Amino acid sequence: MSARWPERPATPTARALSQTYKGVLKVSLLLVATYVVAQALSGFLPAAGYRDLLGLSNRTAVWIVAELHLMFAAFVLGVPIFALITEVVGVATKDRRYDDLAREFTKLLAMAYTLTAVLGCTLLVLFVVLYPKFTAYMHGLFKPTWALYLTLIFAEVIFAYLYWYTWDHLQGARKRWHIALGVMVNLWGTALLFIADAWVTFMMSPAGIDEAGNLTSLWAAVANLTWMPINIHRLLANVAFGGAIAAAYAAFRFLAARDDAERARFDWMGYVGSFIAIGAFIPLPFAGYWLGREIYQFSEQMGVSMMGGGFSWLWILQAMLIGSLFFAANVYLWLGMGRIPGAERYTKFQVPMMLILTLGFLVWATPRSIIATGSEMVAMGGSHHPFLGLFGVMAAKNTAVNVMILTTFFSFMLYRRGNRVAVVPWAAAGKAVQALAIAAAAVVVVGYGVYSYYVPSIVRIGYSVYQVTAVLAAMVVFVAIDIPLLKGAREIGPIAWGRIPARAQYALVFLAVTFTWLMGLMGYIRSGIRQHWHVYGRVADESANAYTMTHGDATLIVSGIVVAFFLLVAAVFFMAMREERKA
Amino acid sequence: MIRWTFFIALGLWLLVLVGLKLLIAPPIPASVLTLYLVMTTVAIVLFVMANEDRWRAFQAPLRAVFEGRVPRFVQAAVLIALPVLVMGAAYLRLAPTHDAPFEPRVVHPEPPSGFNLKGKRISVSGLKNPLRTDGPELAARIAEGKNIYYRNCFFCHGDSLAGDGHFAGVFRPIPANFRDVGTLSMLQESYVFWRVATGGSGLPKGATPWNSAMPVWQDFLSEDEIWKVVLYIYAGSGSTPRTWEEGTHAGHQ
Repeated sequence: MSARWPERPATPTARALSQTYKGVLKVSLLLVATYVVAQALSGFLPAAGYRDLLGLSNRTAVWIVAELHLMFAAFVLGVPIFALITEVVGVATKDRRYDDLAREFTKLLAMAYTLTAVLGCTLLVLFVVLYPKFTAYMHGLFKPTWALYLTLIFAEVIFAYLYWYTWDHLQGARKRWHIALGVMVNLWGTALLFIADAWVTFMMSPAGIDEAGNLTSLWAAVANLTWMPINIHRLLANVAFGGAIAAAYAAFRFLAARDDAERARFDWMGYVGSFIAIGAFIPLPFAGYWLGREIYQFSEQMGVSMMGGGFSWLWILQAMLIGSLFFAANVYLWLGMGRIPGAERYTKFQVPMMLILTLGFLVWATPRSIIATGSEMVAMGGSHHPFLGLFGVMAAKNTAVNVMILTTFFSFMLYRRGNRVAVVPWAAAGKAVQALAIAAAAVVVVGYGVYSYYVPSIVRIGYSVYQVTAVLAAMVVFVAIDIPLLKGAREIGPIAWGRIPARAQYALVFLAVTFTWLMGLMGYIRSGIRQHWHVYGRVADESANAYTMTHGDATLIVSGIVVAFFLLVAAVFFMAMREERKA
Repeated sequence: MIRWTFFIALGLWLLVLVGLKLLIAPPIPASVLTLYLVMTTVAIVLFVMANEDRWRAFQAPLRAVFEGRVPRFVQAAVLIALPVLVMGAAYLRLAPTHDAPFEPRVVHPEPPSGFNLKGKRISVSGLKNPLRTDGPELAARIAEGKNIYYRNCFFCHGDSLAGDGHFAGVFRPIPANFRDVGTLSMLQESYVFWRVATGGSGLPKGATPWNSAMPVWQDFLSEDEIWKVVLYIYAGSGSTPRTWEEGTHAGHQ
């Protein structure tokens, strides 16, 4: 892997293979260097269960590098999914812009792959040097998966190189072969993610080992209780993250554009990026809820620590960030409607939508355990407010998030039909059914939300499934009607791409930063709830750092990582722009 | 209408402030009020910014003041009012009060994997109330639990189980309100059993500062008596214990 893709070849197949060969060679050298450095340091340093890194605690060092590696890994896994989706859309719609867009973002991958690989190798060295005993234990348990992981890294590199270098050659009738390459890149990438998730989730919800910690079943260790929820959660999050970073890149390019044509091009790119990001973001809370449920089922202690115990305050931060995401997504769409002739018809919906979003946000961010002075607590009769306390429980929060999702979806649909007028004879009836679907979903969500206060928790958890199902069903019904409804629709006027206020671009940058911050924060909670365990309940962390940090210190580290990530991403953007100018 | 955007936004913000301050009883603690007001402010500003016409109309009076297109006395009033408001806010924030400082505390401290009960090791994970059966004997056990409750717990947790017993007012934190939707219904009986049996001194380090005055009831009650009290407080408060599907609780021991 190199810091930039080399010049594109003139004779396609042979040059593509040649570049791929070079890529494989570079990965091999990097891995060999990692092995040599790790072995040399292990042999040189005195034997110990734990070591610090030049005065920096082993936990902080591994935390920073692991999180940065994970963020770049999410980027290089998310962007190919994003690129493949846009490429397929380009083929389906015969719109060349989608193909160019996919190609533009694939170009960003080169530098990102390099950073991911370097960070991954650094992390491996840190594991071996700073946590030798625990790393040896994990390596012993998961040895076969390591071999598979290495194999998949090579498969990923080979197909990623081929995917890029054959882009121009595999066009027209050969496009399907290029799409097949894209599918393979994503398959190997997803497999890599699933393997890494097996190691991480084993540490949270261990299975497949006996009381002494010896392996009894590798498959049970891999397919532990939290493995699949995290796989799905991360997969969706990666798509959202990839889309958000791509949209931020487009926003950055929009703001730096020198003419209207460039502005129009990057405005459109930003829209597509944000569309995919928000599309993948909408089901994320459902996946997160599933993960939380599995954590509770594995260990009530861990679940209580996470949601009601020491980590519960961080969920207020999470609510603030996700609520802000909903705000930013809607504001971006509404600003975007300013460049769509005819979209002013739907401005009237913005007041009720903002009202619903704000109320949902307020409910979601209401803390269950309130920070209150002595006199405030006396007035409340405890630490729980008799009225606000109703909003502090999951029944209210599930209702709020479902309503916010429904509202954001509605916003999208209005944006989509901004400049179009349905001409089919059944248009009025179709719209009525669509309105009914949304209203019915809202009634189901709010109805079950209120009723769930009166039933046992096991029944209430089941209601959340009905709420999610109602929202998804409404979306499916709406879209199923919308497609034929708008077929052959009269266009009021073309979308004036590029004519959007600059602040809309800042909303896109905000989306990317907030996604990244959320990843860092949620990652800390997921890992932190293990508390003083390496492998929860089985292998204790015996180092001096086996304590839970204060939230202030932890969030400072998370924020520092986010800043470092964006500095590195800015370097990636800068390199991509420099390459473009050279070309 | 749109030309009044600034004044509508300001009016709405003030309306929310007054509503939150006056319409909700008991008063909302300052921490939550601040949270709500920040979010309301952000929502109003974003809404205004999300449409070019609204945004221009919103800025118009501000521009008029700061660009000097209003009578001099209006400009002077605004330029005096702004720092006075900031000063007032700073004073309110910094003025000393005689109130006790707030104590950030967790709602439900995490239960340990196990604890000692009269010299016997009890594992919390998978622990079930042995007295919760389907037969007619359950009513009798609840009645016994009620009797035990009134002899021991009533004084703090109250007749209605709302944490408002005769002694409740002298404790910080005050006793738990079992009628609150966020207490018993959220917890498994094993959790409640642990809390009753080990009391305030059995709380994990992660739960500090707690200062709970809850006695260590295993020193005064038998294991069965504690389980009976647990049965009663669920029945008496109209709550049902949290449960999980059978066979899915693969938790560690």
